[in-house]
Amino acid sequence: MKRSLRPLAATAVIFFIAYALSVLQFPNMLSTRVLGNFLTDNAFLGITAVGMTFVIISGGIDLSVGAVIGFTGVLIAVLVSWLGFHPLAAFAIALGVAGLFGAAMGVTIHYLQVPSFIVTLAGMFLARGGASIITQDSVPIRHEFYDTLGDLMIRLPGGGRMSFIGMLMIVVFLGGALLAHRTKFGSYVYALGGNPVSASLMGVPVAQTTVQIYMLSSMLAALAGIVFSLYTSAGYPLAAVGVELDAISAVVIGGTLLTGGYGFVLGTFVGVMLLGLVQTYIIFDGTLSSWWTKIVIGVLLFMFIVLQRVIFAASAPAEKSPEKA
Amino acid sequence: MRRVPFERLANPQLLALTGVLLLNWLLFPNFFNVTWQDGRFFGSIIDVLNRGAPVAILAVGMTGVIATKGVDLSVGAIMAVCGAVAATMVVAGYPAPIAVGAALLAGLACGLWNGFLVAVLDIQPIVATLVLMVAGRGIAQLITEGSIVTFNDPVLIFIGTGSFLGFPMAAVIAVALMVSVTLLVRRSAIGLFVQAIGVNRAAAALAGIRSRMLLMLVYGLSGLCAAIAGIVVAADIRGADANNSGLWLELDAILAVVIGGTSLLGGRFSIPMAVVGALIIQAMNTGILVSGFPPEFNLVVKAGMIILILLIQSPYAALPFRRRLVTTSKATAK
Repeated sequence: MKRSLRPLAATAVIFFIAYALSVLQFPNMLSTRVLGNFLTDNAFLGITAVGMTFVIISGGIDLSVGAVIGFTGVLIAVLVSWLGFHPLAAFAIALGVAGLFGAAMGVTIHYLQVPSFIVTLAGMFLARGGASIITQDSVPIRHEFYDTLGDLMIRLPGGGRMSFIGMLMIVVFLGGALLAHRTKFGSYVYALGGNPVSASLMGVPVAQTTVQIYMLSSMLAALAGIVFSLYTSAGYPLAAVGVELDAISAVVIGGTLLTGGYGFVLGTFVGVMLLGLVQTYIIFDGTLSSWWTKIVIGVLLFMFIVLQRVIFAASAPAEKSPEKA
Repeated sequence: MRRVPFERLANPQLLALTGVLLLNWLLFPNFFNVTWQDGRFFGSIIDVLNRGAPVAILAVGMTGVIATKGVDLSVGAIMAVCGAVAATMVVAGYPAPIAVGAALLAGLACGLWNGFLVAVLDIQPIVATLVLMVAGRGIAQLITEGSIVTFNDPVLIFIGTGSFLGFPMAAVIAVALMVSVTLLVRRSAIGLFVQAIGVNRAAAALAGIRSRMLLMLVYGLSGLCAAIAGIVVAADIRGADANNSGLWLELDAILAVVIGGTSLLGGRFSIPMAVVGALIIQAMNTGILVSGFPPEFNLVVKAGMIILILLIQSPYAALPFRRRLVTTSKATAK
């Protein structure tokens, strides 16, 4: 049990060391204002990453999430601004569409027995292309409901503010952690990632679980699209390009094994925060150019992958399948 | 094995290419017109060859990687790195051959790094190549210092826009690469070894195949192909754009390989068919452009094509055939 928590502990320790070093250099980074912005700026990435964690724990991968975020933004903008829907109705429609989309991908992955990689690649093309066919321009969203949600926040001591979308991300993370570690569905996901054949022999409903996993991922991506549209007050077909890579990076940095069967939802939270920290540090520094973000994320990814190899090589004989985390 | 005679009669990839080209011809009657001007051919069909070349070059390397049950996500980023290396060196005053050589070496080094992660550290290929995919564009921007480096070196520009016997240089390079790699792989035992690793790496290693070295070789080749594609693309626009050079081309390359009939589960592969796959993608691309649809339409068509291929390759699609063929091939009905 303790050994299986090691990658999570490593990520958390690295995050705190990195944060402490940043604070030593820029004391202003230790303010609730910066922390509040951390949550707000990374809310859509965090929500996406929760869904990605489930997909990766089950041994798959979902490349379509960035495109689903873009598509959701465009769909909501068109429904609200052009067709006069209430935003809540538009949100419901967007979540429903994403659920169907995810279910279709899950069905294809399970029944046609093709790698999730290629199915979600098709999904990515479809969602991105669909969004571009609806409109090729950025569609602004103006609705008083958006202003209400935008003003909804908790003021923290020290001038920081915890926005609605930041809180939403935390709620999604807590819900995701409960779903992963305290429900039947959660154990099915871990079992599937550990070994699909033995999972099905043990009576795990493989088809149903696979479909549900991809539905969950797509619907969380749609929720992230809603958050993104709240964040930018617009829908743009090319929004959130490449977010799938950031989400996968956050999941891997958070200690989830890409081979499946092992990982933590809360580790992903630390991963997202670490990515946010890198970006904030580079903004604070001012002399470093934005491309350093990509290089640092690449180096972090590499470090964590090697770390996981070392830990698992050392502990493999002792515990072959650390399913419960 | 059951399909071999059928494939020999009518190769599905070539049929598909013919179909797409005929469709283009119906939509755009001048599609097959080729004119001779300024010592080279001009026409839509030549354009397909020229524009399809970068993906075709990538597909040659990607085929080997996918045949070993891997995937190389970093080729787009490697293209950006190598284009940046070639452009900055030419601008700094080095002669073009040295700049091109350095860019090729950079690509080879990137590929070997991927190979090291996959073969020696035993990391899943998707993850191992994800590292360079994320970091590569940052490195390319580091080399170009965030700007688009433009150049006027005639030799380097010739690689992208010149012509050889009237054909665009990019297409000539792609064909030469395809032929040489195919000969190398099929006239030696390398192809067989690569297939063996793709089917079962542990068994291949037990059978005495040096799987680590072969994997390094395969990923190195993919990096080298990405370098060539990166140089071609940079030379075509006379500049290295670290942000957009080769963006999402890794996905096109994987798609081309899959269209070419290479199994994503490793083993079966065909380099010439992957190049045909790249041409099919480009022919659709050109067709959508000349018939006046918005280019975004292309993504939806590509998605439809992937779904179609998945349906054709799925075990269910073979069922109706299997019932009819059950007397001739009972062994395959597993």
